[in-house]
Amino acid sequence: MQSQVEVKHGDQEVKHAQFSEFVSFTVAGQAFCLKITQIREIRRWSPVTILPHAPSDVLGVMNLRGAVIPIYDLSARFGLHQTEASERNVVIVVAVGGKPVGLLAESVSEIISINPDDIQDTPPVDSRYTMEYIQGIISHDETMVRIINLDAVISVPEQVMM
Amino acid sequence: MSGSIQDTFFEECEELLEATDEGLTAIEGGNHDPEVVNAVFRAVHSIKGGAGAFGLDELVAFAHRFETVFDEVRANRLELEQKLVQLLLRSSDHLCDLVATARDGGETDEAHHNMLIAALDEYIPEEEEDLTFEPMGLGGGGFAPAAIDLPTAPTEETYRIRFHPMKEMYGTGNEPFFLFQALKELGDLEIKLDDTELPGFDAIDVAESYLAWDLVLTTTEPRDKVEAVFEFVEGLCELSIEGDGDAEADAAALAALEAAFGAAPSVEDGEAAPAPFEQPAPAQAPEAESAPAAAPVADAAPAPKADTAKSEQRGGPKPTLRVELERVDRLINAVGELIINHSMLAQQIANLDVADMRDVETELEGFKNLARDIQEGVMSIRAQPVKPLFQRMARIVREASSATGKTCKLVTEGENTEVDKTVIERLSDPLTHILRNAVDHGIEKPEDRESGGKNKVGEIRLSASHRSGSVCIEIKDDGAGVNRPRVKQIAIDKGLIPENAELTDSEIDNLLFLPGFSTAKEVSNLSGRGVGMDVVKNAVTGLGGRINITSTPGKGSTFTIILPLTLAVMDGMVVSVADQTMVVPITSIVETMRGSDDMINNLGADGTLLSIRGNFVPICDVAGALGLEKKDDQPPGVYLLVETETGQRSALAVDDIHDQRQVVIKSLDGVCGEIAGVAAATILGDGKIAMILDPESIIAASPSAAAFDTERRMNNAVAS
Repeated sequence: MQSQVEVKHGDQEVKHAQFSEFVSFTVAGQAFCLKITQIREIRRWSPVTILPHAPSDVLGVMNLRGAVIPIYDLSARFGLHQTEASERNVVIVVAVGGKPVGLLAESVSEIISINPDDIQDTPPVDSRYTMEYIQGIISHDETMVRIINLDAVISVPEQVMM
Repeated sequence: MSGSIQDTFFEECEELLEATDEGLTAIEGGNHDPEVVNAVFRAVHSIKGGAGAFGLDELVAFAHRFETVFDEVRANRLELEQKLVQLLLRSSDHLCDLVATARDGGETDEAHHNMLIAALDEYIPEEEEDLTFEPMGLGGGGFAPAAIDLPTAPTEETYRIRFHPMKEMYGTGNEPFFLFQALKELGDLEIKLDDTELPGFDAIDVAESYLAWDLVLTTTEPRDKVEAVFEFVEGLCELSIEGDGDAEADAAALAALEAAFGAAPSVEDGEAAPAPFEQPAPAQAPEAESAPAAAPVADAAPAPKADTAKSEQRGGPKPTLRVELERVDRLINAVGELIINHSMLAQQIANLDVADMRDVETELEGFKNLARDIQEGVMSIRAQPVKPLFQRMARIVREASSATGKTCKLVTEGENTEVDKTVIERLSDPLTHILRNAVDHGIEKPEDRESGGKNKVGEIRLSASHRSGSVCIEIKDDGAGVNRPRVKQIAIDKGLIPENAELTDSEIDNLLFLPGFSTAKEVSNLSGRGVGMDVVKNAVTGLGGRINITSTPGKGSTFTIILPLTLAVMDGMVVSVADQTMVVPITSIVETMRGSDDMINNLGADGTLLSIRGNFVPICDVAGALGLEKKDDQPPGVYLLVETETGQRSALAVDDIHDQRQVVIKSLDGVCGEIAGVAAATILGDGKIAMILDPESIIAASPSAAAFDTERRMNNAVAS
């Protein structure tokens, strides 16, 4: 697994510093994290425009400085309950395949430094979503933080409805 | 990497090929002006030069033959008769193909290639058929064409050259220095600067050219070679070359010249101290100001640059800039954002509790106007003349004519009409199809035309013009027109219309656009590719335009395509549907009306009709069609009467109408897949995104649309 992580994140930062930085946040009460280099910006939630016929985990589209970007409800995406979005929530803007995409999370917690050696494989559990979307877990301050496999969560182009 | 340089070469090739095509088209039209011939020659020569630098041998070999034939024409040894012109046109098409092959890879049509080469060789005199090609010197002006005739035995001769550049010459990046250098390579050169025209220092116009040179060249080279040095500044300078031998013959001309120059100082009489070659440089000082940018260009850029500049001169030189499309689009985005930002700012300021806001409001108004100006300016960058597209179409007609054995010519009008770049790109296929159809089905065989009292050569007229906020493209042929009885019979045979249908002439003409309609008796390899005119119609509709056909039997048919000016901006009606703000394209709205209960009639279980002045129109609930839930059970307040492409009318039920405004269209490609009922999105003044609805697909998605069976739709389609 360790080598796999290295391959996936085998960019400059990993090679330079042993530790890489992750941003941790909560979704439906659980702690998740994304590599800091995957994140473009974090914005406060503001009401989005609904996309007709969209699946429940697509909240709609948002205006990001003149670009129309889709917003996903991470919680619904992970098969957890749907988030009742409010002003306290945040939208994490990431780039998938060069296209910006917004992910709704409950709140952002902190930036954590992770030694790649500390990343553990996802133990097999009986949930398709979990196995697909989580590429590893780490223990931080005695809580379990799940590392999201961004490419699996958001596959572009997303076919909402044909 | 040579990649980017090669890219530049191919980009330049595009322009050069356009210039070639343009020149040949002019020649075909009877314009045998040497300047036109030269322009084509130079363009082909530049392609050859560039191709040589990249080792594109096939291209070089072909361009060389092409160029050599043109050189013969230039030297008046070949006459531009019809057969040769046709060959040259086909060669130019093939040159396009070769460039495309060199760029994108792939195979060239070997047989065609060899056939053209053989045909071209027939025009090339024996001794010039060897293929020695010298890559162009990077140093400067001496690009003697590869084919030089040597009429006389080399004897030493003295030429007196009077050279007075016009300011335009510096504008094209030419430098006298390089010309002199090239001359010096030919033999002994004496240079004398004539600065008599130079005004007082305070009267100098830095952009003007005041200096002239008198040159005495003693060389064994023939006169052509001396003239060739000035090839690329032809028309950009006053030039006279006097040889010893022909001095007497030209005495009259010289006298005239002297009169013109006010007794030009004689160069021969010794008072002209042999000037060192370097002299022009310092003497040029006043001019150096005028041409600081030009000098390095001439230095670094090889001949093609100067060539391009020169060949573009004829159409009036307009400096252009080559920019990546994506950069422009980013700018368009940013400007759109600026305008939204302005309205948000204005809103915030209005909310402030300030007593006197007049000054702020004035400034804010100025800000808004500036932003709009920038937006218009940026939008106009995307607009391009349709000329290159039309030029490509000439080739289509040529190929189609030779494939069908008919003779047609394409006449183009309004080539400078500007249309959004995307529109131009996406127009290419439908236009190709219409033109092929026009040649294949429209224009009659030459013998039929003659017996019908028409000119043997069929004429297809392709024109573009602006018409009240939209672009109108017309394809008009003088062929046989639509064979209505046959069209109707085919439509009946294919089950497209009922057998007893009563149709007007125009309805029959429009049958051509129905899917699955093809009139060709046998499938020719030209237009019968299993693609009907419905594809053309879809392509045009996809661009937000519409297409129409009118036809007169025996006189010809006219296709009219009406397109929006730009795909980036659209007039829309801002409405609210189930608490969401949405935009409906104004072009599809016929009428809007406030509804009242007594206008609504039930039909069947869940069909509702709206009565408008005695007519009943099916109601389509937009919220329902989009799968949105309405918060309350209030009946929709406003109806938008829309007409679809097929002429079907429907009343879109929305909650309210807010505004009518121009919106910037944002594509949802890559954001999400295709959504039924939604065409695109836009950003409103408050920064919110609104969906732009597609009435056609909303009606299709609406439950009440199911009530319309196919036959009914068909009849409606025909009735339109």
